[in-house]
Amino acid sequence: MSVPLTLLGLLEREPSHGYDLKRDYDAFFGRGKPLPFGQVYATLARLARDGKVVIAVEPGDGPERKRYVITETGASEVNAWLVEPLEPEPHLQTVLFAKVVLALMLNRPAEEYLDTQRRAHLARMRELTEVKRGGNLVDALLADHGLFHLEADLRWIDTTVARLDALAKAVAR
Amino acid sequence: MIEARDVKLSFGETPALRGATLAVAEGEILAVMGPSGSGKSTLLHCLAGILVPDAGEVQFAGQRIDTLDEGARSALRRDRFGFVFQFGQLVPELTAVENVALPLLLAGTKRRAAVAEASAWFDRLDLDGLQQRRSGELSGGQAQRVALARGLVSRPKVLFADEPTGSLDSLTGEHVMDLLVSSAREQGTTVVVVTHEARVAAYADREVIVRDGKVTTAVLT
Repeated sequence: MSVPLTLLGLLEREPSHGYDLKRDYDAFFGRGKPLPFGQVYATLARLARDGKVVIAVEPGDGPERKRYVITETGASEVNAWLVEPLEPEPHLQTVLFAKVVLALMLNRPAEEYLDTQRRAHLARMRELTEVKRGGNLVDALLADHGLFHLEADLRWIDTTVARLDALAKAVAR
Repeated sequence: MIEARDVKLSFGETPALRGATLAVAEGEILAVMGPSGSGKSTLLHCLAGILVPDAGEVQFAGQRIDTLDEGARSALRRDRFGFVFQFGQLVPELTAVENVALPLLLAGTKRRAAVAEASAWFDRLDLDGLQQRRSGELSGGQAQRVALARGLVSRPKVLFADEPTGSLDSLTGEHVMDLLVSSAREQGTTVVVVTHEARVAAYADREVIVRDGKVTTAVLT
């Protein structure tokens, strides 16, 4: 799970305070593992150092509050991440899920991203099928292990594509 | 080799294809994927000249086939195309070898030569000894391999396979796909295989997705 990119994605939706960012992250992506405050602020500090966010200080009665605003560099990075299919390997649902939810939040073509991911998966499945056809039983069984996991991912992708409209409503504000 | 351009087809009020475009190169093995009801089988039937689209064009070897009459399309299917369906659809009254010989007999080959040609496929598809069995005496995997032999025996330019492993367990299905791909490559047959199974599609050179009656491509810039 890429915490910096996910936080950046949330910031592209709208500028936000650290507290609100953590709340949204936990609600959509935490899945029982809340992001520690320390990690939120350390990540935001690194993003600011690298020019991906800028900090707007808001004076008030109490202590100063920092509002984080994504920069062009940060937005480009989010876009590049969303567009690029993941390395097809088992157990990537959490990252893929984050990308889909963020794409819907940001009005990006989530279905196209999933189609691109499907292609990457099928390309890997083709490679493994070739290994299986040309190899011995050990190679074939190892290839099968990968194939079954990739197939499970693909089923998840198909199910998600079929429910994108409902998911878009569920993550809308 | 075979191409659909903006093909549209409705069944009554229900649109099945809404402008499907697709090109398959000579010798290519293409998987057509998509959810149930997406139009993928209808697209295959249009490409094979079984159905005639309401609009758009279907070309085979540079010639339009959607404008041909039923007789000409029937001859094209018999002489240039081969077919494998989900359930082998063997003729139950005929023996396995007669089923395989059927396309040759229909094309005018003498019976003895047709049966000899058909018999050669039994060894190639691990079916030796089953020549005289009838379809009811074959397992699902054996029947589907007989259907595959029948689809390829006349050395078609294009083999159309609609869920060819849909009725088989996973291992048997892979065996059928392995033989389908090897045999098609051996004789340079172009293959269009409709499947909803990724493991089957992984035997193809390339896949396309049919969704809501259109062929989708995910090209991101």
